[in-house]
Amino acid sequence: MLRKLLLLIVLGMIAGGAGFWFLSVPVRIDPAKLAAARPGDLKRGESVFWAGGCASCHAAPGATGDARLVLAGGHELVTPFGTFVTPNISPSDQGIGKWAFEDFANAMQAGVSPDGRHFYPAFPYTSYARMQVQDIADLYAYLKTLPPSDNVAGPHKLGFPFNIRRGIGLWKRLYLSPEPVLAIADASDAIKRGQYLVEGPGHCGECHTPRNAIGGLDKTRWLAGAKAPEGKGVVPNITGGEGGIDNWSAKDISYALESGFTPDFDSLGGSMTDVVQNMAHLDPADREAIAAYLKAIPAHPNGFPKP
Amino acid sequence: MKRLIAFAAAPLLAIAVFSAAANADPIADRQALMKDQGKAVGSLAPIAKGEKPFDAAAVLAALNKLNEDAQKIDPAAMFPAGTETGGDTTASPKIWEDNAGFVAAVNKYKADTAAALASKPQDLDSFKVAFGQVTQNCGACHQAFRIKKN
Repeated sequence: MLRKLLLLIVLGMIAGGAGFWFLSVPVRIDPAKLAAARPGDLKRGESVFWAGGCASCHAAPGATGDARLVLAGGHELVTPFGTFVTPNISPSDQGIGKWAFEDFANAMQAGVSPDGRHFYPAFPYTSYARMQVQDIADLYAYLKTLPPSDNVAGPHKLGFPFNIRRGIGLWKRLYLSPEPVLAIADASDAIKRGQYLVEGPGHCGECHTPRNAIGGLDKTRWLAGAKAPEGKGVVPNITGGEGGIDNWSAKDISYALESGFTPDFDSLGGSMTDVVQNMAHLDPADREAIAAYLKAIPAHPNGFPKP
Repeated sequence: MKRLIAFAAAPLLAIAVFSAAANADPIADRQALMKDQGKAVGSLAPIAKGEKPFDAAAVLAALNKLNEDAQKIDPAAMFPAGTETGGDTTASPKIWEDNAGFVAAVNKYKADTAAALASKPQDLDSFKVAFGQVTQNCGACHQAFRIKKN
């Protein structure tokens, strides 16, 4: 009897392990989808680069001006899950110099590294998954033209269970999807463009939307603001709900993204300062599109508790 | 003798009381000063944006106001120990952890604002340069030394 019970337990563990192994396997993008991309366009790639905010995390901390184009990594993101250290993504041997387009696209949209491991979603591939493949190809071409760096960024410092990379495979099954977040009826072209920029490359929701205990975004409170993912304080509500930006006009929003100034001429601070530096490089029509989208989304009260 | 000491001490006491009154609430003081600078920037921004015509006298007056306010920022008096929290302050702990860095950022802002005023912009293009020189300090300082709380 005891022997049978033991056998059952062992079999159960094997089945559970096999199930975990099967369900957590890194899944790559269908190569046929990637084959449709044309060779990258540098000019368009540069605008994708600014929309995607790559420099905010991958340029050396505190870099300004042209130094923001050296994507040496080494920026530490201190979060409740542990400390993530951003990698070198410059075109060098220590960065992505040897990556093929397929490698880059799988990193950006499936969160899978060239050697077949999961990336942690501190790298916002959950948003980048919504990008058009052509934008990925343009960005890939542009990144290859940036200055190389031989910096070797240190490893992440994570505790159990977050140090088990394979577990991210299960997390992705819950939270990684290329589908748009919102369905907006009768959206104008500007709103559609804004939706693409905000939900895709801009990855605004990664900080402005509250997360649950295992780091999944609460899409029922999309862009309602959240506790800051790093350190103290909050990331503001950017919907029209209570505590949000209902009293900002679309023009106020696009000007804030360009200049960093709120309608009462306070200035945006924290990590938004870097975002503004990126957004200032966009085509004005793209900033206006983001504003149009933010004026069209459902209003929610603040997604964080009162201080 | 006692009277002499009292007589000599009176002005010191008066200064102490006065400065205590002036800084009775450093959090309120620094917030009021920040808002005042926001107003001055708000009067300049529409000109920089091209929504209002360039007016050299109005620009100079607003830059002068902004510079007066900037020079009033006194890190030691307005951000003393004990005001890290309280009120609805959005000051970051970094102000006290890296006080030298904070003081350097304030001094850079003061120098840039004084230089912008001294340049006395006479046309829109030179004004835009001066305006940019001053306002780059807003985001840079708020990036490192402020946190949002609501």
